[in-house]
Amino acid sequence: MAYVIEGRTGAWELVIGLEVHAQVISNAKLFSGAATDFGSAPNSQVSFVDAAFPGMLPVINRFCVEQAVRTGLGLKAEINLTSVFDRKNYFYADLPAGYQISQYQQPIVGKGVLDLDMPDGTVRTVGITRLHLEQDAGKSVHDQHPAKTFVDLNRSGVALMEIVSEPDLRSPEEAGAYLRKLRSILRYLGTCDGNMEEGSMRCDVNVSVRRSGEPYGTRCEIKNVNSVRFVMQAIEFEARRQIEVVEDGGKIVQETRLWDTTKFVTRSMRSKEEAHDYRYFPDPDLLPLVLEPAWVEGIKATLPELPDEKKKRFIDVYGLSPYDAGVLVADQERAAFYETVAKGRDPKIAANWVTGDLFGALNRSGKDIAESPISADALGGLIDLMADDTISGRIAKDVFAEMFETGKPAAAIVEEKGLRQVTDTGAIDGAIAAVLAANADKVAEFRSGKDKLFGFFVGQVMKQTQGKANPALVNDLLSKKLKE
Amino acid sequence: MSLDKATVARIAHLARIRVPEPDQEALVGELNGLLGWVEQLGEVDTKGVQPMASVVGAVLPLRADAVTDGARAEAVLANGPETMAGFFVVPKVVE
Repeated sequence: MAYVIEGRTGAWELVIGLEVHAQVISNAKLFSGAATDFGSAPNSQVSFVDAAFPGMLPVINRFCVEQAVRTGLGLKAEINLTSVFDRKNYFYADLPAGYQISQYQQPIVGKGVLDLDMPDGTVRTVGITRLHLEQDAGKSVHDQHPAKTFVDLNRSGVALMEIVSEPDLRSPEEAGAYLRKLRSILRYLGTCDGNMEEGSMRCDVNVSVRRSGEPYGTRCEIKNVNSVRFVMQAIEFEARRQIEVVEDGGKIVQETRLWDTTKFVTRSMRSKEEAHDYRYFPDPDLLPLVLEPAWVEGIKATLPELPDEKKKRFIDVYGLSPYDAGVLVADQERAAFYETVAKGRDPKIAANWVTGDLFGALNRSGKDIAESPISADALGGLIDLMADDTISGRIAKDVFAEMFETGKPAAAIVEEKGLRQVTDTGAIDGAIAAVLAANADKVAEFRSGKDKLFGFFVGQVMKQTQGKANPALVNDLLSKKLKE
Repeated sequence: MSLDKATVARIAHLARIRVPEPDQEALVGELNGLLGWVEQLGEVDTKGVQPMASVVGAVLPLRADAVTDGARAEAVLANGPETMAGFFVVPKVVE
């Protein structure tokens, strides 16, 4: 079912395109040798190039170029062997040169694709229009002084990849899935850390509405939205706003808006019209960037297994459901953790423990997989104890909780607490005899046809053995005894 | 291509250059003269000719990803008309 918003006059379809600014992971900036670390003292990572001192010339960082190419390859995109840097001109206090070095008509990466795994198991393919390299601006701090703005140029000149999607997205959920998938791929590639709170991944959202089958409506752009949740909320609000304007007989004005994270509304930026006249022209300080095909091939050869390929392998090799495989591959570390647990063990049981018990416990305690108190080998050890019947599945849940709490290995907890499963038929027979003797009335009821009482007897025997009796043996021996 | 007075005023504003209204008419003439001069290049047949980026066939030099600069906030801030606690300070600009 296509996502629509019902207005007073009927259903409206959403058309969404996203522009993501992803900060390139590199030691030094795109055109200078200053560092890129987050959170350093103001203006401590600024070269004269980044501060636009007269006469300073930009020299491009080879690794930043490599990262952009790697990302393009990861998005199955065309790599443009010749690309050109342009100046995008505008005035702002945190842009010391009065222009941003960017790429306009000839970006380094052309058309690509991104496959979205939707919650219902279907796959939606979204087009990538382009990826280009550009400089970040500095940072303005407005809340330190009533009449002044403070400017820190540490971010000025840091390499960004602007990744532009086609207007292929049709719902807030698809936009969210797009961002999560893109972030996952960037992290696998090691080209951007994808941290939206620290601003290393930022999103501009283009939204318009139309009747199904009609041409695109006029779009508005919501700038600098900094979380997946905010992007989804902003899209929904903005679409409803546009529908209301149109249904009231108004026209949408193409403009730039901001998402207000406290009032949950978008509002117009009071920018003047000409703010959008960037007067791009090729940067005379920089020659075209020409890549050797062999160099690009060399980067291609070092690409890791990406989420889509890994997901397919998990389904084919381990027999996992698309959903479980998707959950596991979304994060490289989680996927690696799972593979360690699954090695030499039943892959589906391993998946259940990792995605269910472990991810659940990690979520509840707000821990990352890297901080997990239970290592992959330790979780494997627990599964082994179940596989060789040392403990029952029921007891394993308790042992797991104890492992998560204390970080001790499963075997040590089982020994310490005496949780070893009772498989000695004599001991179980003894427990059964005691239970049957103590409940002679119920035994009589059972024998006269009240079959449902079987569960009661199993429960009593398990209680008698502190849950340590092998459940299959208990079932077996108990039914024999009751039929005597 | 020819510019009118309104376009000249707009370009001046985009470049943040103050051009008083009485001076704009003269600039229209000067800028149109420059454009006309450059437009003579249009007389050359450049069909099938790639744009030339360098007259000496140079290629874009690339740099290693090493931190070789920065850590000189004082020098960077030295020309700032106003600074505080390591920041440049400017009149409030906020959306």
